[in-house]
Amino acid sequence: MLLASHYNYWIVIALMMIGLYMVIAQGNLVKKIIGLNIFQTSVFIFYISVGKVDGGGAPILTEGETLYSNPLPHVLILTAIVVGIATTALALALTIRIKRAYGSIEERDIQAAEDLQERTATQPQTQSPAGKEQ
Amino acid sequence: MLAHLPILQVILPLMAAPSCLLIRKSTLVWLFTLAVSFAALAVSVLLLQQVYATGPISYQLGGWNAPWGIEYRIDLLNAWVLFIVTALSTAVLTAAHTSVTRELEPNRQTVFYTLYLLCFAGLLGIVATGDAFNVFVFLEISSLSTYALIALGKDRRALWAAFQYLIMGTIGATFILIGIGFLYMMTGTLNMADLAARIPPLSESTTVLTAFAFIFVGICLKLALFPLHLWLPNAYSCAPSIVTAFLAATATKVALYLLLRFTFTVFGVDFSLSHLPLDTLLIGLGLVGVFAASTVAIYQANIKRMFAFSSVAQIGYMVVGIGIGTVTALQATLLHLFNHALMKGGLFLALAGLVYQLGGCRIEQFRGLGRTMPWTMAAIVVGGLSLIGMPLTVGFVSKWYLISAAVEQQFWVVAVLVVLGSLLAVAYVWKLVEAAYFQAPAAGTEDETKAEAPLGILLPAWLLIAANIYFGIDTRLPVEVTAAASQFLLGGAAQ
Repeated sequence: MLLASHYNYWIVIALMMIGLYMVIAQGNLVKKIIGLNIFQTSVFIFYISVGKVDGGGAPILTEGETLYSNPLPHVLILTAIVVGIATTALALALTIRIKRAYGSIEERDIQAAEDLQERTATQPQTQSPAGKEQ
Repeated sequence: MLAHLPILQVILPLMAAPSCLLIRKSTLVWLFTLAVSFAALAVSVLLLQQVYATGPISYQLGGWNAPWGIEYRIDLLNAWVLFIVTALSTAVLTAAHTSVTRELEPNRQTVFYTLYLLCFAGLLGIVATGDAFNVFVFLEISSLSTYALIALGKDRRALWAAFQYLIMGTIGATFILIGIGFLYMMTGTLNMADLAARIPPLSESTTVLTAFAFIFVGICLKLALFPLHLWLPNAYSCAPSIVTAFLAATATKVALYLLLRFTFTVFGVDFSLSHLPLDTLLIGLGLVGVFAASTVAIYQANIKRMFAFSSVAQIGYMVVGIGIGTVTALQATLLHLFNHALMKGGLFLALAGLVYQLGGCRIEQFRGLGRTMPWTMAAIVVGGLSLIGMPLTVGFVSKWYLISAAVEQQFWVVAVLVVLGSLLAVAYVWKLVEAAYFQAPAAGTEDETKAEAPLGILLPAWLLIAANIYFGIDTRLPVEVTAAASQFLLGGAAQ
């Protein structure tokens, strides 16, 4: 009963977990961004579900309509959708720059390049204690 | 005009940001941005005075009444944080021109100031607003511009750091959004004052608990509370120097403000600290954060990164203050909010001077700096002493209040651990002092490093460092304001 009547919330939870899992588990940056999008979309669906009033119509003043759905969550989520698009655009722009700088969009390759850079940068430092003792 | 101060505080930088793109010429844009920041500072000073004299101000946006329209509500707490953010932004911006011309390509400088103002507007908006959903919107304005600002860093690692921060930051912000959604479901309102009135009867509800959990974790991600701090060291060490100084001095402070606002005003002290074991959690995480981050800081070769880890540790102290939850402890937190902004603002500006002259700030570049750059190095040492908590610096004042608060509640272990944590700060600051004053300059670089940091950076850095000493001796202003603010927070919550 609970499962059937609140099916939209179950969808929200499933999407949220899928999205969050993708962000964490995927090594590919574009897949991470897709995961982030699914995660955010689940929240949009959640807000839209919240606004629904049982038996309520569209919130437009018409004859004979007395019960309306709550339009506020929908308006709120419009803002959040815009924010989500901005985030995706910025993330994709960063991915393009990362691809140019590192030659890869796999987290593993980037991390390997980072570690290599860090090791070469600390090289003079490992020599320095010897220099101090002289 | 005076009646519209709360909205002016936010709208001024928000409108100024796109205007920057029309001016285009780097020096002019800088002067314009600086003027805007000064104006914002003036507004925040007026607001602080007004709130201190007459109590909270409520501003209805567009004339719509409070629970339906968006309300900006300025009380002592956010007036104080607004003042900190605008003051530090103005000091950092004074140094921006010199540093930015050296670190960024000419075609990116105008964009830098635009992003800076957007971030500034976002931070001020988070603090000024009294509407929970508005908080999310401004949080995203400031976050998105921060990611772009970090990506402006010279090194390619800046891109990777920005991307990682974007992922973590977006998850954090979305968590806050989920939490606000749950609250709206239960209460049907988004106005913070309204929420505060409607939550207490519902405090047994699982939905409200879930809302609290989401909002708490989301804010802690933004705050970089240990163990959610992983984005911060990379972001701070790769961003352009001015961005690091600005973020370190303001962004974490605003996140801490949000934590205070939600735990004390919206959910109320009964719910957060008595109903939930949040006090134990905050004290525990705070102290572990102090020790873990300070220990890691000691082993960092990149000094910007070292101070970034030190920031994570200092956030630990502030959170311990919230966890103890008495008037004195909250006062310690609010004092440390101000003091840490002064310390890290001054330190990162001095590091900006170093980067200007040396092109980097690794520990081996510090050798012999005591002789070649005496003033810059002296600024770093005084800032470091303040970080440790030496008497006559601001660091001492906030640590003193924090320890007295712990002793008042007979949390002896906490008091001892706070002192021990400061000893770790001695270790990493000493590493710098040793390199700068007791080691000969690295061979070959001696001639190039003979110059002091340019005055354009050195003066603002010393202004903040001098403030560290001034407010360490004459503590009246911060102590009075924070005492009243913390009483207001706890008193307001008890009603």
